[in-house]
Amino acid sequence: MSDPIEVSLTHRMNFPDKEDLLDRTAQGILGTPMDRPEGPLKVSGTATYADEDHPPGTVYGWLVRSSISKGWVTGFNTRDLRAMPGVLAVIRDKRMLRNPAQGQASKAPYQGPAEIFYKGQPIALVVAETFEQARDAALNARADYDDRSAKGVFVPAEAKYEAPRSQQASKGDLDEAMDEAAFAVDVEYHTPSMSHAAMEPHAAVAWWDGGHVTLRGSYQMLGSNKAELADALGISPRNVRILSPYVGGGFGSKLGISHEGVAAAIAAQKLGRPVAVALHRRQQFETTHRRSESRQRIRLSCGADGRMTGVGHDAWVSNLPAESFSEPVTQATPFTYDGENRQIGHHVGRLNITCAGSMRAPGEAIGVPVTEAAMDELAQAAGIDPVEFRLRNIPEKDPSSGRPFSSNRLADCLTRGAESFGWKDRRENGARREGEWLIGMGVASAIRVNMLVPSTARVILLPDGTARVETDMTDIGTGSYSILTQIAAEVLGLPADRVTTVLGDSDLPQSSGSGGSFGAASSGSSVMLAAKAVREKLAKRMDCDPDDLTLKDGYAIAENRRRTLAEVLEGDTLQGTGTIKKGLTSVDHQQACWGAQFAEVAVSTVTGEVHVRRLAATFACGRILNAKTARSQCIGGMIFGIGQALHEEISTDARDGSFVNRDLAEYHVPANLDVPHIDIEFLNDRDPYANPMQAKGIGELACCGTAGAIVNAIANATGERFRSFPVTLDKVLERLG
Amino acid sequence: MDVTLTVNGAQRTLQLDDPRVSLLDALRQRLDLTGTKKGCDHGQCGACTVIVNGRRINSCLSLAVMHDGDEITTIEGIGQPGDLAPMQQAFIRHDGFQCGYCTPGQIMSATAMLDEVRQGWPSQLSGDLGPAELTDDEIRERMSGNLCRCSCYPNIVDAIRDAAQGGDRANAEDAA
Repeated sequence: MSDPIEVSLTHRMNFPDKEDLLDRTAQGILGTPMDRPEGPLKVSGTATYADEDHPPGTVYGWLVRSSISKGWVTGFNTRDLRAMPGVLAVIRDKRMLRNPAQGQASKAPYQGPAEIFYKGQPIALVVAETFEQARDAALNARADYDDRSAKGVFVPAEAKYEAPRSQQASKGDLDEAMDEAAFAVDVEYHTPSMSHAAMEPHAAVAWWDGGHVTLRGSYQMLGSNKAELADALGISPRNVRILSPYVGGGFGSKLGISHEGVAAAIAAQKLGRPVAVALHRRQQFETTHRRSESRQRIRLSCGADGRMTGVGHDAWVSNLPAESFSEPVTQATPFTYDGENRQIGHHVGRLNITCAGSMRAPGEAIGVPVTEAAMDELAQAAGIDPVEFRLRNIPEKDPSSGRPFSSNRLADCLTRGAESFGWKDRRENGARREGEWLIGMGVASAIRVNMLVPSTARVILLPDGTARVETDMTDIGTGSYSILTQIAAEVLGLPADRVTTVLGDSDLPQSSGSGGSFGAASSGSSVMLAAKAVREKLAKRMDCDPDDLTLKDGYAIAENRRRTLAEVLEGDTLQGTGTIKKGLTSVDHQQACWGAQFAEVAVSTVTGEVHVRRLAATFACGRILNAKTARSQCIGGMIFGIGQALHEEISTDARDGSFVNRDLAEYHVPANLDVPHIDIEFLNDRDPYANPMQAKGIGELACCGTAGAIVNAIANATGERFRSFPVTLDKVLERLG
Repeated sequence: MDVTLTVNGAQRTLQLDDPRVSLLDALRQRLDLTGTKKGCDHGQCGACTVIVNGRRINSCLSLAVMHDGDEITTIEGIGQPGDLAPMQQAFIRHDGFQCGYCTPGQIMSATAMLDEVRQGWPSQLSGDLGPAELTDDEIRERMSGNLCRCSCYPNIVDAIRDAAQGGDRANAEDAA
């Protein structure tokens, strides 16, 4: 076969898209509820995850945890462990990690297992012939310490808080606005530390070929992960290959290279054998990232007409010393609602507990539900229906920066959602009772910033008229395999079964990776551009302008000529490379995704249980690429919100900062019976400022707001306002008792 | 010690050098059946659910040596691409999974659960000990031992209801 004919397109998003290509293509596959192409593999157990497909001769490692919270490791019973059956190595290498890398870091996180920053921090890896031998030896590890735990800080109340200047903002005079307002609320809310708890615990198997390491792992962003692993090991990224064909859930926990990957690579190099390291569920909880707890003070004011005059949002979050990430709790507050007088405050406290990092919609996931609860409090104080109150305060343009919105469909979502949900049947607080159950309805807006991240993909049209999509993008359950297949099929006019999508290999062109809800829009745009480059080449071969070319069902049609793609290709392979980059549209417009969420709850006056009886949401997030996977993303996000409102909370031991409930029996994620039927509606929407597909993020938007709708529904049911998440039985009974 | 298991209809003999090997690890690491997943290794998540002698169990909570002579069905024995069982097809149709990691356990659990309902087993929600009707809440209750962090629960319920109804129709046709 001859070399492929290469074509490429790079597009920087400096101007809104006016081409509307995806509204003019003929295949009609994009946006349809197509089944996931990898579905048959996943339902039959043949999709292989990180800790599977081991190379022959693989041995097993188990990480040893620190039993102190702060200090130094001064000794280790290595000799005893080496004498145990099957033990091959006890590794305490200074390249091992303190905590996983933050998302998009592209360099190694804090390294060195000798200095302890939190209880449970990995301090060694024990490798043995079998999994059982490695685990047994690791559980028999004993370290000597220079124990400085007495100097550790374990509770937010005792932490020193920093207030980075770049993260404070104010406009007008909020204090005066609060004083002069007809109605005002000044309230404090608390949200707890939370854990991603993806179903697949982090795992990796590494093997070396000379100076080149291959790592099969469970990661979300292979481009930056490759750079992080290389930096951690002290080798060139050219000598690193990461494979993550299937990722058993991420939610942000697998954004950066983690303990298991670096430890497996170090051990495999030392032993000259493949080494597999899987985190135990407890290790996942205490050594990967957590979502920070937050304290949030919300100040809101409005006139007698229900128009807002002031918005204040101060947040206190925490992280390990010197860690750059802090949960951007106030991210959506500057632009969501009107108000001349505004203040944003952000404070980061330093704690000796497990590293904080990005978890699904970092910022808005905990900031929006709290502001939405406070909005409900103000609406109630002003005597205005909560939906109507929000509608009155939606700004024309970003009230903080003065920038126009690329698109703002919040009013449409609220209006349409209220109608679909039957909001008009909502009664006064505490007015509905069915036996022991108090019934209430709540609403919350859903807001999440929209982002575009550089992304590259290849689309290869083969001589037989089939196509292959190649990019290092991951599918963490989000539907990347589905939508990238559909985008290529749509632009090239192919039935979906003639397109194969290959992902999760860092040797492929570097994509945005999966994170921040930018994956579909960014990697999708790169696939669209790659396919468009091929399409333009086909137009040349058909002697027509690309606008006059119709591609459908494997045929090229122009000016009454209809040829199969195989005929047009004449034995050639066309290889298109597409690259998308963000540009001025991210700077001169405020881009966000919008939604309105509605909940109906029943609260037991006997047990304090809260049942979510109904959940519904209306979203506007640009073009929908697959109606089925988009709906599933929203359902999943909203159920994350149920967990946040009612169940999830990491409890730490105030004496040493350790996680008390570090497993799935004690850390409660929603189970099947916790979840009602959920109605999802997408508005027909396009955002030409977002990217050439005019699509936006979905999966995170859905979890921004749900918990607000639920606590507002609880307030409507009971007449009681709960300002500490999650609203567990004990808190309810204390008020209703 | 030798342990002989019948796995998906085929007899497999394991020469087990270590009594600490769980049934889950025996399947994954020694029989190369990695369709059964390890989510918690604690009996808390259900990802490792397999059917042993007709009953669903968490294979992480059971030692391989305890299963000499047992009949074990794993996801690989339920159906493979090109020849998927109705329950597997229903999970695809209703998008009853996202990342797919809990999915084998969900499907094993659902398959055994429908059998339990057919045999008249009550659940916490059933109210009395008579045969239970397969309401959505009965499905939810009986599937609550299988966690799904992507949270596909509503789609899982839809898939199981669909498979159960299809299954009933198929049975009725067989009877006719």
